[in-house]
Amino acid sequence: MTVTEDQPGAEVGRDRRRKEDARLITGRTMWTENINLPGMLHLAILRSPLAHARITHVDVDAALELPGVVAAFTGRDVADMQGSLPCAWPVTEDTVLPGYPPLAVDEVRHTGEPVAVVAARDRASAQDALEAIEIDYEPLPVVVDMEDALADGAPLVHEDAGTNKCYTWVLDSAEAGTGGDVAQAKSDAEVVLERRYVQQRLIPAFMEPRSVVVDPTGDQITMWSATQIPHILRLMLAMSTGVPEHKIRVVAPDVGGGFGGKLQVTPEEFIAFAAARRFGRPVKFVESRSETMLSGHHGRDQIQDITLSARRDGTVTGLSVKLLANMGAYLGIVTPGVPVLGAFMFNAIYKFPAYRFECSGVFTNTTKTDAYRGAGRPEATYAIERIMDELATELDVDPIELRRRNWIQHDEFPFTTVAGLTYDSGNYEAATDQAMELFGYHELRREQAERRESGDPVQLGIGVSTYTEMCGLAPSRILGQLRYGAGGWETASVRMLPTGKVEVITGTSPHGQSHETAWSQIVADRLGVPFDDVEVLHGDTRTSHKGLDTYGSRSLAVGGTALVSACEKVVDKAKPIAAHLLECDPADLEFVDGQYRVKGTPGAGKTLADCALAVFTAHDLPDGVEANLDADAVVDPENFSFPHGTHLCATEVDTETGQVKIRSYVAVDDVGTVINPLIVDGQVHGGIAQGIAQALYEEAVYDEDGNLLTGTFVDYTVPSSADLPDIITGRTETPATGHPLGAKGVGEAGTIASTPAVVNAIVDALRPFGVSDIRMPCTPERVWQAIRDARAAREGSDRP
Amino acid sequence: MIPAAFDYARPTSVDDAVGTLADGGEDAKILAGGQSLIPMLRLRLAAPTVVVDLGGVNDLRGVTDDGNHLVIGAMTTHDEIMNDPAVRSHAPLIAQATRTVADRQVRHMGTFGGSLAHADPAGDLPSVTMALDASFEIAGPSGRRSVPASEFFVDYLTTAMDPGEILVAVRVPKMSDSSGWGSHYEKLNRVAQAWALVGVAAMVQRDNGTMSDARVALTNMGPRPVRAHGVEEALRGAPATADAVGAAVAHAAENTEPADDVTASAEYRTHLASVLTGRAVRTAASI
Repeated sequence: MTVTEDQPGAEVGRDRRRKEDARLITGRTMWTENINLPGMLHLAILRSPLAHARITHVDVDAALELPGVVAAFTGRDVADMQGSLPCAWPVTEDTVLPGYPPLAVDEVRHTGEPVAVVAARDRASAQDALEAIEIDYEPLPVVVDMEDALADGAPLVHEDAGTNKCYTWVLDSAEAGTGGDVAQAKSDAEVVLERRYVQQRLIPAFMEPRSVVVDPTGDQITMWSATQIPHILRLMLAMSTGVPEHKIRVVAPDVGGGFGGKLQVTPEEFIAFAAARRFGRPVKFVESRSETMLSGHHGRDQIQDITLSARRDGTVTGLSVKLLANMGAYLGIVTPGVPVLGAFMFNAIYKFPAYRFECSGVFTNTTKTDAYRGAGRPEATYAIERIMDELATELDVDPIELRRRNWIQHDEFPFTTVAGLTYDSGNYEAATDQAMELFGYHELRREQAERRESGDPVQLGIGVSTYTEMCGLAPSRILGQLRYGAGGWETASVRMLPTGKVEVITGTSPHGQSHETAWSQIVADRLGVPFDDVEVLHGDTRTSHKGLDTYGSRSLAVGGTALVSACEKVVDKAKPIAAHLLECDPADLEFVDGQYRVKGTPGAGKTLADCALAVFTAHDLPDGVEANLDADAVVDPENFSFPHGTHLCATEVDTETGQVKIRSYVAVDDVGTVINPLIVDGQVHGGIAQGIAQALYEEAVYDEDGNLLTGTFVDYTVPSSADLPDIITGRTETPATGHPLGAKGVGEAGTIASTPAVVNAIVDALRPFGVSDIRMPCTPERVWQAIRDARAAREGSDRP
Repeated sequence: MIPAAFDYARPTSVDDAVGTLADGGEDAKILAGGQSLIPMLRLRLAAPTVVVDLGGVNDLRGVTDDGNHLVIGAMTTHDEIMNDPAVRSHAPLIAQATRTVADRQVRHMGTFGGSLAHADPAGDLPSVTMALDASFEIAGPSGRRSVPASEFFVDYLTTAMDPGEILVAVRVPKMSDSSGWGSHYEKLNRVAQAWALVGVAAMVQRDNGTMSDARVALTNMGPRPVRAHGVEEALRGAPATADAVGAAVAHAAENTEPADDVTASAEYRTHLASVLTGRAVRTAASI
């Protein structure tokens, strides 16, 4: 909080309540579903009930007879205009990029794939008419499991590709020159651990379903969409459909959550776009929750084979990671890249000398996967934090002590890791020490020992997770090296209005991240204007013509930095005007507390508002000075930022039922300089909730025919506040060094850190029974089964 | 999703409701609190021609004390029941079990009678009425009749009510302070709003150091709630000790047919039945 201490009354560092809340809480705002346009048609989408089939016959005529129905069409009807959905991240030169028609034309490859569309005067009529569509399928063989999909003779998801393998991507520290050889490390090791961890498939459960409205009337086609990425969406619509980019406007109005699930260019958006163009009338599509679950993209779904080599003193000497990553049936906007992001994070906060990462993407007859809160980093963090606990157990060392022996010390930054990234700052000792104190680590260890001693049916477990993540996506040159299709810069514009009020335009696209509040705080300090005098505009390509949107904890670190740069430009531009008004030399002026004053003269000065009015009237400007204070800035980050922290979780495990209760949870996060502590706490709480959900509750399950068995919230168990613990948050602040804000990003930290903390705590509780792993989610039944299996194994091995 | 079109009727008396239901024929459906029917309509798992909303029938709402019994109107909401002083003092098992039903929103909308008439085997209240030996007051075209809980639940989502009949009220024997009866409902579910994997409703009467009588009923151990007669027999007359309870729970899963599905295996449910029965009985018997 250095800023707060140095500048009393400064906005940055204050617990400001969110500007967005009044309209969001009262519902007096515009969601996509609220938009109603004259003559608008409502779309309903028929979806495939089969996971893999050839469409042999489809006839929409009967649907057209029904009341209210205006039109109906199939993939064949729009095959030449619907475009193919884009993948912007082919991670290797030979990545298999199958065609992805928004509306299936000849073949369906997962349940829920769109096959026909009805347009009607109201939503209910459109929904009713779906039942009248005749469609016949010829079933094709289905493959759901990744290892089955890679076996010889497996059914092919894409016959043309000749394989279900999408790509294999490798990072080897010996080849890259960033470290040693893992095979050598393994053969020299005193201890070698090999473990398999499974990242179950998850379904992003944002509050607002995906919704889209398209208005083709007028010279531009306007699309409103509940999306995280309006700018990328416009570009992709133009590139894929051939409609020129300047003829498309995309608006993300208020968007009710995303968690990566709306970092996508969706079939439904393309279908609505094609429908509006075909009919020449506005159309709306709002999905049901069942459709979100079935065909919105899913997250995670990896099999992780991990080999850790170490010395008996606890020093890790090598880490080898072999991943299978389920792509699903098609590639979404960044599907192949998500597991590859994890490549840079398996080594985490540690000084491993040798590292190898190999990931193969696999096609299956399931809904595609793509970004879900953390995107690649939670998976990596989970695996390394789980196996570090296994090593601690193997060596009979306290798990925190084992981590200390391997992590980068605070005086070793900047530190270039074995994966090739340079961590600019951090202090793992400070975060861990604070977390242990808040948690009462040693007291809980004592209680654990007592419960073990007394054979308490409710055992206590303690889980630790020390994590870092790469945020601030991303330096464009690195994205280029990784074959990503775009850069990682961000934009901001500041407009000075004649009354001294300020409009900020950001290229980020908030959907719950509070940018309007945080950006206002930054501007208030930088321009010396009141917080309430700042309006933040976003999410409309007409006002915010350039931006790369919101994901990957990038908005503040990159977009906030652009905002600071734009503010600095405004202050510089106003200086000659202020000097003119004060009748002095610009060189004699300083800008302090929102005023230009002659240096060393604390008396009356001129504010930016004074300058803005002078520019507006333009009656008396200095010669050669443009009548304009507005400024734009684009910032491309030099490096990622690296938030880190230590999370500690205590679980009570009922060994009779297998039920897990989280007794206490401490999160100490270092997200750099904090702009608004309330918002940071909210992000940490929500992130931890989602991480706990992966550890304990959520799993998308397919049967062998490719039917989603967890298609409603009855079976896909999202926890609510009633199921979650009180969370104690602490913070250390080691500012990011790469940019003037010092902020590192916080959107994903809680999710990344919490999952391994919880599972480590459960396994720790059950170590005395011989349990060394439980597959996520750790349902009561799985926990009970693990205890039973471990007991049976012990009894078996005790027999002579 | 959006339900298929249906007609909607909102009668204001029980007789009107019975008449409207008769007029609607086989495809008429009763709407109580809507916590099961509305999702089924939205998923198009049900497509009735007419929905008869009982929300306007005031006679179906509220709890009355008729001396030896509480009479709980079928349209009384869960939230009203768990906060009702008479229910809390004379049928604490109902109040306590109802507090565990789903979440706050559901408890404000959902009704006691709706939950029982729906007869979902994973619902908490059917087994509670079984353990209480409650009886069900039913109105239909041929008049009113009463059915004991032991005969009310017939099969999965099926009760002894005919299609034209309406559940009016549930009569629950009052538990007096001096009788020595104690009660407890114990369940295990994955998240607060989820259905019980298994639940156990236990009533135990204590006579000093002995368990003189017991009634135990299980939730979600088959297509309908079941009384654990083997447990009851083992408890009856046994000393009020953890060991005696421990021996009795071996009978918990007798004559049950637990489902084996994506939520839990039959084996795990069988295990839970004995663990949770032990907990419910021990708490009910203050052991």
